Amino acid sequence: MSKKIHSKRRSFLFTATYTIGAVGLGATIWPLVDQMNPDSSVKSLSTTEVNVGNIEPGKTLTVLWRGKPIFIRRRTKKEIDEAAKVDLKDLIDPEKDSDRTKNPEWLVMIGVCTHLGCVPLGGKGEYKAWFCPCHGSHYDTSGRIRKGPAPKNLEIPKYEFVDNNTIKIG
Amino acid sequence: MSEEKYVPKSKLARWFDSRLPLLSLSHHLTEYPTPKNLNYWWTFGGILTFFLIAQIVTGIILAMHYVANTDLAFDSIEHIMRNVNYGWLIRYAHANGSSMFFLAVYIHIFRGLYYGSHKPPREMIWITGLIIYLLMMSTAFMGYTLPWGQMSFWAATVVSNLFGAIPLVGENITAWLWGGYSLGNPTLNRFYSLHYFFPFLIFALVVLHIWALHVPGNNNPMGIDVKKNRNETMSFHPYMVMKDLLAMLVFILIFLGFVFYAPNFLGHPDNYIPANPLVTPAHIVPEWYLLPFYAILRAIPSKLGGVIFMFASIFILVLLPWLDTSKVRSAVFRPLYKKFFWVLVVMVILLAYLGAKPPEGIYVILARIATAYYFIHFLIILPLLGRYEKTSPLPTSISDPVLDKPNIVDKFKKTAGKYEGENVDTFK
Amino acid sequence: MKERMLIRLNNLLVKVFFIVFVITISGSANSEEKKIEFIKNNWSFEGIFGTFNRASLQRGYQVYQEVCSGCHSIQHLSYRNLAEKGGPEFTLDKVKSIAAQFEILDGPNDDGEMFTRPRRLSDKFANPYPNVQAATAANGGAYPPDMSVLVKARKGEWNYIYSLLLGYEEVSAGYELDDGVYYNKYMPGNKIMMSQPLFEGAVEYADGTQATETQMAKDVTTFLTWAAEPHLEARHKMGFKVFIFLIILLTLVYFSKQKVWSRLDSKENSDQKDETFDKVERAVTEYEGEDPKTFK
Repeated sequence: MSKKIHSKRRSFLFTATYTIGAVGLGATIWPLVDQMNPDSSVKSLSTTEVNVGNIEPGKTLTVLWRGKPIFIRRRTKKEIDEAAKVDLKDLIDPEKDSDRTKNPEWLVMIGVCTHLGCVPLGGKGEYKAWFCPCHGSHYDTSGRIRKGPAPKNLEIPKYEFVDNNTIKIG
Repeated sequence: MSEEKYVPKSKLARWFDSRLPLLSLSHHLTEYPTPKNLNYWWTFGGILTFFLIAQIVTGIILAMHYVANTDLAFDSIEHIMRNVNYGWLIRYAHANGSSMFFLAVYIHIFRGLYYGSHKPPREMIWITGLIIYLLMMSTAFMGYTLPWGQMSFWAATVVSNLFGAIPLVGENITAWLWGGYSLGNPTLNRFYSLHYFFPFLIFALVVLHIWALHVPGNNNPMGIDVKKNRNETMSFHPYMVMKDLLAMLVFILIFLGFVFYAPNFLGHPDNYIPANPLVTPAHIVPEWYLLPFYAILRAIPSKLGGVIFMFASIFILVLLPWLDTSKVRSAVFRPLYKKFFWVLVVMVILLAYLGAKPPEGIYVILARIATAYYFIHFLIILPLLGRYEKTSPLPTSISDPVLDKPNIVDKFKKTAGKYEGENVDTFK
Repeated sequence: MKERMLIRLNNLLVKVFFIVFVITISGSANSEEKKIEFIKNNWSFEGIFGTFNRASLQRGYQVYQEVCSGCHSIQHLSYRNLAEKGGPEFTLDKVKSIAAQFEILDGPNDDGEMFTRPRRLSDKFANPYPNVQAATAANGGAYPPDMSVLVKARKGEWNYIYSLLLGYEEVSAGYELDDGVYYNKYMPGNKIMMSQPLFEGAVEYADGTQATETQMAKDVTTFLTWAAEPHLEARHKMGFKVFIFLIILLTLVYFSKQKVWSRLDSKENSDQKDETFDKVERAVTEYEGEDPKTFK
């Protein structure tokens, strides 16, 4: 069997070769992995502008964003007051209503139940807000989880008012 | 394969290896005795393995984004080129990788022809190799159809129409291949499925190919049998591993030269035109690596004849170990065969050149001459050479003249005989 | 005897070859296809370090939009491509306003109706015709090809496109041209159904460059080359890095290979050589025979 004589000089060359080789291998593998990341056509759809000028108070508009439903609700005064009055101690996932909205009249949430991902039904449940039929989670007029297996409040996406009638989501 | 049984050092390794001898296999592969005198033409097996894996990896990734539907295929490839992260790189690597794969395989085959690697006892290596080659050509042909460009469509139409030449059942076979009355969506879908599948068949055959090789061991440039001792062989690892790696890197450099700086040079512009069943391109040509067979196909005036001769040109290679009757393996010691070998190489290159030309005038005549020569070389010249060629004397071992005793003594005797000095005892 | 015949055969073949070779070379030189030299130009994107000229791309887009897009679709481009790196690199706002000039059919809405809306960054370029058949019918039976990869779809690539645009010529007397067919020096077959698209001043460039025929042809060709190869600059950049890396790695592997192989000159091997040499020396010097000259 050939003896592996590693003198200090020799092993520097081999170490350098291995290192550069490893760098090359990594650089080769990266594109093969990155190609599975969202491509540029998908990324271009990552923001959506929605016209909300036609929504009346008490009505919810549902739009699709990144493949998920977004609930845009123009709340009535009653709903806003109800949401503000809730004691944080009573909440499974404590969060102030004012932290969940930029303008209290407009509630923008991702309509995906935080339990296992079903789409909650509007106007239903003990709080007359949202109810998830899959496993019985009840959300209040701020979209916060009040009763049932869901652990967190309905998620608020990144959004902003481009003007009074348009919301840009994402 | 006379080796001592490998016994792993640790108890766990022994438990594992006695049940699934992967460690023994790995030991066999690293210690595998390789002739010391192999030149760089022997590195192409490693290069081919690299490209098989590269094509499979890039292919599987492309399959994540490609859509095999006649309305969407062309667009899906543009999507890959424009939108998928590094999609352009992976696509160009796969397309040019195919050309590099064939370049390497042709060098590999001609190396075999030159050094007699097809001769006994290596016939099964040769035959498994030919099956791999056939599968490669089928895979490449089907792969080229997938972009559904003009050349994809029409080259596939031409080739699938060839089956119509078979008497009696030809039309049925063609319709069966197409899944319809012409090349269409069913055809594209099945070509996609088979194009994905065949490379794994190739991989299995490569395993058989290497297994068949490891029985007698490698051939070598001298063509004479090698003693499996330290004198004449070296362990595959690290010597041949490093040599193969070096050769692989050089070849990859050429490959990436195409990918980054001339990615469409080896292709055909017409394949950037979406397939149109109503418009035939002016010149239908396959990819360059199929050109010699295309030339043979068109050289024969009859449709069925062309098909027969085209398939015969590959089948004849299967018979090669029995047609090449010379007892001497390597062209190094066959001065006449060497010349005919190079004539054959030029003829094949000529056929490739003619395959790209329109089948008119002088090109047809030349193609017929070259086709005739190709068959004459295998059917007439080789058997004749085997019988009548005066070969050069073979050395007794591959280390001759350096280490082998009888010949070195002869050389010393000659030198000593010329010695005119005083001290006959020590020749000083 | 038979061997000599084979030798003669081989010699004959070599001579035949030479003749064949000469015929083939001269044959293709005098072949049916006369080699047309394209009009020369310097293209900034050619060569291993080639890049696109941003200003030329922006002007080229303008030419496409104002002259070509009336008949030619470029359906694989999206408006966002105009703002992405490696292309004309218009500002996002400019591209948004470009896109908004064109409408797209969307829907159905919640009432089940289809509606039109202005195009967005994520939308593809608007097509001049709803489908291939409409485009063909509107252009005298000749379909104006989609331009997304047109540059790659023609032999000669950008040189061909450029030459074609400037290649319209007057025909000599007696040369028959049907209605709606024009003579072009670079079109294979010389007959083209597109009338000369570029005339001096056809476009008023936003950046003030004078819109001569050659200027417009150059700009639109550059734009179309980018449209066909939007990642050309990234490809060249990566290629350069890859080559430098490979040369370094190749050098390291080469020396590693030499180092590994130098083990073959190890003590083990040279001991073996010495042993053999000794044996030979002994055989020769212990020779007791008659003929020291030949050792017989």
